[in-house]
Amino acid sequence: MTPLLSVKNIEKRYGARIGCTGVNFDLFPGEVMGIVGESGSGKSTLLNCLAGHLAPDQGSVTYDRTSTGPVDTVTMAEAERRMLSRTEWAFVHQNPRDGLRMGVSAGGNVGERLMAVGARHYGNIRETSTDWLGRVEIADSRIDDRPSAFSGGMQQRLQIARNLVTGPRLVFMDEPTGGLDVSVQARLLDLLRGLVREMGLSAIIVTHDLAVVRLLADRLMVMKDGNVIEQGLTDQVLDDPQAAYTQLLVSSVLQV
Amino acid sequence: MSDYNFAYLDEQTKRMIRRALLKALAIPGYQVPFASREMPMPYGWGTGGVQVSAATLTPEDTFKVIDQGADDTTNAISIRKFFEKTANVGTSEKTEEATIIQTRHRIPETELQEGQILVYQVPIPEPLRFLEPRETETRRMHALEDYGLMHVKLYEDIARHGAIATAYAYPVMVQDRYVMDPSPIPKFDNPKMEMAAIQLFGAGREQRIYALPPYTKVVSLDFEDHPFDPSKAEHPCALCGAEDSYLDEVITDDQGTRMYVCSDTDYCESRRATGHIGTEGTQPEEVFA
Ligand SMILES: Nc1ncnc2c1ncn2[C@@H]1O[C@H](COP(=O)(O)OP(=O)(O)OP(=O)(O)O)[C@@H](O)[C@H]1O
Ligand SMILES: [Mg+2]
Ligand SMILES: [Zn+2]
Repeated sequence: MTPLLSVKNIEKRYGARIGCTGVNFDLFPGEVMGIVGESGSGKSTLLNCLAGHLAPDQGSVTYDRTSTGPVDTVTMAEAERRMLSRTEWAFVHQNPRDGLRMGVSAGGNVGERLMAVGARHYGNIRETSTDWLGRVEIADSRIDDRPSAFSGGMQQRLQIARNLVTGPRLVFMDEPTGGLDVSVQARLLDLLRGLVREMGLSAIIVTHDLAVVRLLADRLMVMKDGNVIEQGLTDQVLDDPQAAYTQLLVSSVLQV
Repeated sequence: MSDYNFAYLDEQTKRMIRRALLKALAIPGYQVPFASREMPMPYGWGTGGVQVSAATLTPEDTFKVIDQGADDTTNAISIRKFFEKTANVGTSEKTEEATIIQTRHRIPETELQEGQILVYQVPIPEPLRFLEPRETETRRMHALEDYGLMHVKLYEDIARHGAIATAYAYPVMVQDRYVMDPSPIPKFDNPKMEMAAIQLFGAGREQRIYALPPYTKVVSLDFEDHPFDPSKAEHPCALCGAEDSYLDEVITDDQGTRMYVCSDTDYCESRRATGHIGTEGTQPEEVFA
């Protein structure tokens, strides 16, 4: 089977400092990959390199595009990369403010991606927005409210709806449950899990939280100091960690 | 200082502006940066348009200036006088006689012809500005034709007001490529932008020039189920009876009596001169008697 995403030898430096280095993995269609590691270990750097937000200094990221087959997203033209990121990809930010337009209504936020790819029928856009708000458990009656009037959990759900409305195949998430209350987190995780299964999404999820990984990720990568020190099936890594650092991490001795 | 260079600006500055104009004409709807000069008038007075006119005028030209359709506002008169003095060009209030027309907020009702140039004064050239304040980002959006946000604005209008509420500076798509701000003309004028004349846009404070060559495709943005509506007035002009022109509401006495008259004063007078008289109208000779 062709991997959906094939990552080879990715490195990103900030001057002399290493962001991440020597990262290799394949993600297959329908798979969810978790990335864990302590603060500063390079998780966000890696994710941003994969999603085309940062240009890596080395390596390739090959994506199996629906229309053309595998393409290197590092060397492709920015216009093409942007097109991918509003059609086949999605990116959920930790802080909903980074992923939402705070001055635009909830319906407009969800509708933006539809309009960006050419939807020009107001009634249909609104219907699809309404439908998606429902799927992330936001009442229809809030469709014309701005996200600034929403709670943190609602904002995060809105961000998810806005990202998934165009039916992407690959979702990048950076700490999607970070900064939320524990009970709100649980509900959001449940929702995410349902959507991932239902839509057959592939995803790469960066998180501090091993519970998130247990619930969502098929496979797991552990990062430290910019390197991937261990990767494998989630249950294997968590139940039988090989690297000493992972053993500490799993035994909760380390607060990540 | 009384010895100006022709049309006030020095030749080097005019060449720089002409280069920007040529580039703008080559890429319709694309905003070309230019080094805007200080002009002997405040920015709000259309210094962008004045610089474009200065770089475009030749001694043979006939120059007309309108401000919201009228030739006789302070603003229009002073710009006209400025070029009478600095370029010694002929001026006219007749649309069909003018070779260069500088305008603020209107397109003349009389259809413009090949060989004529319409120069717009532009306050804010960037149509995405109110949606995305970062200049680097709006430039990238234009470069990548990333215009979803433009329709988000129209979507928000409909969601809030039931219809697209934008009445001025209604955004257009130029030649299927660039989204452009037509300057604060009423949307009534948008359909006229597909015309035989050359259209040049100058934004002084923002230092941008853009242009439409003759017969460029200009489409007002809309939705299939909320199509663009230039919204014609319900009344004819009270003075000349025109039913196809853009009207201003005028209060005629201190009882608040209203009347609707052409905003294009030349058009209205020309019609009355040829015998088209509205309910409140008189022949222009009598008006001026
Ligand atoms: N813009 C930047 N400029 C310089 N150094 C940076 C920059 N962004 C990240 N770094 C450095 O790169 C390394 C990896 O940072 P990164 O943000 O990827 O870590 P992270 O695993 O996402 O951390 P966290 O869990 O705190 O979000 C760190 O040493 C960090 O200080
Ligand atoms: Mg991070
Ligand atoms: Zn009239």
